[in-house]
Amino acid sequence: MNNIFFNLFITFFKIGAFTFGGGWAMISIIEKEIVDKHHWLEKDEFLDQLAVAQSLPGILAVNISVAVGDRLRGMRGSMCAALGTILPSFMIILAIAIFLTPDLIKNNEILSKVFKGIRPAVVALIVAPVITSAKAAKIGWKTVSIPIAVALLIWSKLPIVSNPILYIVLGGIGGYLWYRRQLKRTRELQRKEVGDDIS
Amino acid sequence: MIYLKLIWAYLKIGLFGFGGGYAMLALIEREIVGPGWITEQMFTDIVAISQMTPGPIGINSATYIGYVAPGESSQLFSSPLFGILGSIVCTLVVVLPSFFLTTYTSHFITRHKDSAIVKGVFTGLRPVVVGLIASAALLLMNSANFGSVSSDVIASIIICVVAFCVVFFTKIHPILVIVLAGIAGYFIF
Repeated sequence: MNNIFFNLFITFFKIGAFTFGGGWAMISIIEKEIVDKHHWLEKDEFLDQLAVAQSLPGILAVNISVAVGDRLRGMRGSMCAALGTILPSFMIILAIAIFLTPDLIKNNEILSKVFKGIRPAVVALIVAPVITSAKAAKIGWKTVSIPIAVALLIWSKLPIVSNPILYIVLGGIGGYLWYRRQLKRTRELQRKEVGDDIS
Repeated sequence: MIYLKLIWAYLKIGLFGFGGGYAMLALIEREIVGPGWITEQMFTDIVAISQMTPGPIGINSATYIGYVAPGESSQLFSSPLFGILGSIVCTLVVVLPSFFLTTYTSHFITRHKDSAIVKGVFTGLRPVVVGLIASAALLLMNSANFGSVSSDVIASIIICVVAFCVVFFTKIHPILVIVLAGIAGYFIF
């Protein structure tokens, strides 16, 4: 089927059905599907959407799906994508709530072994996009200190400085100021060149 | 009326749950366990189930609590149908704020894509987002995911390194990596 709405739904359904460990682990899978496979977004566009999704409240995976769906086909696109993300966990949890008691899973030896294997792989799935996104963001020797400092400070779990919102706000303001300075400098340079030409 | 209370609670969770996933858990606990809809023990069980089942933890908890809470609140609502209604309501409500906020923000940014503010802000945000992903990876490298016995830790690190190499250097789909890691876990542990 080549319908884009259906494709959006199915793609995010797949993403929702196979991501353990929440939003961040989904990034590898979402990037693979959206950027590499379907070419719906370029890599740097994807990173910008990720920045939007992360700086807003709510569930990260839903935010990303709404942003991507909206980018492609507006309101209807975002509805299809969001529904795809939500439905798998909704159906699975509903089935568990109706038929299984929590103790049954926790005490199941096979399941607990399988999940012991899955958890470290999930961590690996989060490490991989750190490197690919660093490339897409064109991180060089000068700027590499920013992500490292942000990661370590959040990891420290200290009060106030471990809050991710702080760095989103600082990054936004800092980026704006830096960009304005660059713009001013190029303008001054141009003016100088024009002045040189006249003289 | 339990449904109105649930709607109000999940609206708040959807609206103020910054940082996604595990960062939302503290907020969920305050809103749901606080009023006594479910016990502390049940809440821990829901977190455990959410870790074992796919999907965002925010959705998982909304669906589960929406199903359980009506029956816990009154005998009138003990039929499973009231539970299903509750889980649909909670899941939709927790998604609603992010739906409108993301759509609006995304439109705003697309419209002003070439303005100095949007360009500058995103130049600054990109390295921060890289740092945020890295912090999520660092936070998850703990004993809950890698085990606490040394033989378990070594096996977990091997799985993690192999999974990373496969995802990073080959074109094998990450979903397949998760499935294979699960099978490996069954035989190793």
